[in-house]
Amino acid sequence: MDSMKRFAADFGLPRIIITLYLFALFLAAPFVGVNLPASISDTLIRIGMNGIMVLALVPMIQSGCGLNFGLSLGVIAGLLGATISIEMGFVGAWGFVAAILISQAFGAVFGYGYGKLLNRVKGGEMMIATYVGFSSVMIMSIAWLILPFKDPTMIWGYGGTGLRTTISVEGFWRHILDDFLVIQIGENFKFPTGAILVFAVMSFLIWVFFHLKIGTAITAVGSNPTYARASGINIDRMRIVSVMMSTMLGALGIIVFQQSFGFIQLYEGPLYMAFPAVAAILIGGAGVNKATLTNVFIGAALYQGILTMTPSIFNAVLKVDMSDVIRIIVSNGMILYALTRKTKVAK
Amino acid sequence: MDSAEPILSLKGIGKSFYGNRVLADVSFDVGAGEIIGLVGENGAGKSTLMKILFGMPVISETGGFEGSIFFNGKEARFKTPFDALDAGIGMVHQEFSLIPGFTTTENILLNRESLNRSVLVDIFGPRISTLDRAAMESRAKSAIDKLGVTLDPNMLIKEMPVGHKQFTEIARELCRENVKLIVLDEPTAVLTESEAEVLLSTLRLLASEGIAIIFISHRLREVVELCDRVVVLRDGHKIEDFPAKGSSTKQIASLMVGRSMEAQAKIDAASAARTIQNGSDAGETVLSIENLWVDMPGETVRNVNLSIKKGEIFGIGGLAGQGKLGIPNGIMGLSPAGGSVVLNGMPVALNAPRAALERNMAFVSEDRRGVGLLLDEGIDWNIAFTAMQVQNKFLKPILGGLFLWRSDAAMSNLAEEYIKLLEIKCTGPGQRAGNLSGGNQQKVCLAKAFALRPDVLFVSEPTRGIDIGAKHLVLDTLKKYNREYGTTIVMVSSELEELRSVCDRIAIVYEGRIEGILPHTAPIEDFGILMAGADRDEAPVALVGGN
Repeated sequence: MDSMKRFAADFGLPRIIITLYLFALFLAAPFVGVNLPASISDTLIRIGMNGIMVLALVPMIQSGCGLNFGLSLGVIAGLLGATISIEMGFVGAWGFVAAILISQAFGAVFGYGYGKLLNRVKGGEMMIATYVGFSSVMIMSIAWLILPFKDPTMIWGYGGTGLRTTISVEGFWRHILDDFLVIQIGENFKFPTGAILVFAVMSFLIWVFFHLKIGTAITAVGSNPTYARASGINIDRMRIVSVMMSTMLGALGIIVFQQSFGFIQLYEGPLYMAFPAVAAILIGGAGVNKATLTNVFIGAALYQGILTMTPSIFNAVLKVDMSDVIRIIVSNGMILYALTRKTKVAK
Repeated sequence: MDSAEPILSLKGIGKSFYGNRVLADVSFDVGAGEIIGLVGENGAGKSTLMKILFGMPVISETGGFEGSIFFNGKEARFKTPFDALDAGIGMVHQEFSLIPGFTTTENILLNRESLNRSVLVDIFGPRISTLDRAAMESRAKSAIDKLGVTLDPNMLIKEMPVGHKQFTEIARELCRENVKLIVLDEPTAVLTESEAEVLLSTLRLLASEGIAIIFISHRLREVVELCDRVVVLRDGHKIEDFPAKGSSTKQIASLMVGRSMEAQAKIDAASAARTIQNGSDAGETVLSIENLWVDMPGETVRNVNLSIKKGEIFGIGGLAGQGKLGIPNGIMGLSPAGGSVVLNGMPVALNAPRAALERNMAFVSEDRRGVGLLLDEGIDWNIAFTAMQVQNKFLKPILGGLFLWRSDAAMSNLAEEYIKLLEIKCTGPGQRAGNLSGGNQQKVCLAKAFALRPDVLFVSEPTRGIDIGAKHLVLDTLKKYNREYGTTIVMVSSELEELRSVCDRIAIVYEGRIEGILPHTAPIEDFGILMAGADRDEAPVALVGGN
């Protein structure tokens, strides 16, 4: 009994409940006529799609900048990378690589400025980050219209200027990772090896980074900035490094997302990209100042699992499409829960 | 002006916080129109006594107090400060509690404003009534007049000189109809000398009108000048209660810091032994500080000149707020500082913690939980982190030195070593520093500094808030470290006794300057006088080791 209690305390009661709920959904699937292998496959694909975006939150949490509600900035860097790559005429693997490289350059620049800004608002990072995310999306909404893109697959059919709201990457690099070394079992089950592999490699790199001298310094800055300063650490620089990493990972994350999703979503597309990622890492058990890779994996799996399973099961049972309602309740509820828990941890 | 019936009479007041006794059997009376000077070192129990008198919630939350208070002839046990205010006790705090954007009048009459009656008030209640500005101004004026000073009732607080703010505070207390006793906590600490003079004469004027005053101050000269009687507290006991007339600052100072004969003998024995060890202390200068100023809130350093010799344990003492803590914080780059600090003949860059650390200086901060520790990380991280970042210890180069990989095993070994050496009570190197007790946290902070193998080690308030056993261990460790590695240690502490038992020479800081440097063997009265700001007219105290 005691060990069970300790397990509950360590793993967190909400996470236990969510895990049990997810199991219940999987168990219920065959009985309500939902195809189980397809559901599991969908879940895996979604983990591959979203994993890196969740991972992108880790550096800023570790450096004490809080949850990166301004992840949209990284997403915008990714969108720029993707659109410019298409404009330049790259297709296939080269197009995908070019998109990533270009997006990383934008991510680095955006991240640097964003980091500078966050260093001026210490203590209020998360609120400012939210506004940075929203306002950058709005500025880009204007920019997408006036930037001199020419490629006919991307611009509005009428008028001839301005990018479309959604751009298909079919014929460029759709499913380039999902189909890389894909393992097909039966008709309905597909293991997206490439996407999962990229997620794993990025996670490994982050793990390595936080075992290096600089990663250790960033962790200390997040844990107690005054201690870090007294130990001769340049706090502002460490925070900028973490914000740049987060933004660049966000840029990479959205490109991986697009290749699986099949479309580049411009304009208000990036607006709510941060929230699912934040919800996932919080479900995974991360705090506002501490996050581990375990948090990322568990969080991504649980959150995407619920997001895939809940709507299909509920729709099958109720015959009503509630998917979006449930998605919003779960993700925002999770954020709310974690932010209230923050005060308890800080004490 | 002794009257037959005292206004306030304290009988056998005692208080302990979590088994730590801070007041024991304190009794004294305050008569109407009498000015009592309440003096004592930091931690002597002055502020606790005043908290009890005022019914501050912290007292009842920690189990109440012993003894009884009689105010105005009746037994009083105030549950909240409001009860005390209603009964007629006024309090002027050391820090101003005024609203900067409000005028003098508004501050004086805050929440006691004169109100206009109107129909609306009858309907909606008093919260909707408007202010009767004219009546307020005249009430404020009459309170100010009682002080015998001129204050513009319509001036904004933020535009006032400090002295006027202090007078506004006092006027606010006077403005209550029934005020019979005013407690002033360090009222002159922020005032210039001439402002202080005015304040003192104001207080005399108030006393002559029958208001009793309790005056808490570290400026002993003012106490002697102003007060009718002086009450000396030391270690929670009332030591003396005597008429101020005819006493000297020197006498009061020695009463404040004086220790029992036994403790004195112990210190003397300890220091005698040490003198033999450090027989040849005419060593070379390792650190010389010139014209150092440090802008540390509450601990401003104005102009400090010191030269510290190689291999000595140098003590820095002084009362709280005089600037002793600013010195190490300034040198280590944690607070904005200026002036010149020269280590081993080479100047040290100020305002750059890294530069100070790279010159092999280390600092154990007085703010353990705020500056000293990563509360959410393990003991191993806490001890090894600074050495890792500054000296590249506990790192393995990988890919030909392109990256530096943290060696968790090396950190853990280091932590194990110090856990054994300093007897840190914990479950292992991985235990979170936040879960350790105060004493063990302090040991972790020391270990962190030792891991740097510093040439000069600054230790600030090393025994603050830790139990006696840990205290001894910490002090012994410092002494041992000094002996074994020849590390120069600069120890800053509010506890004079502790400094005298550990240090070779002790500098006393007063108002941001070095008031004097004494050998540890100097009589305790001399330290007391320096701490209270030696009256410069009196015979100068013998100084050793020039500065």
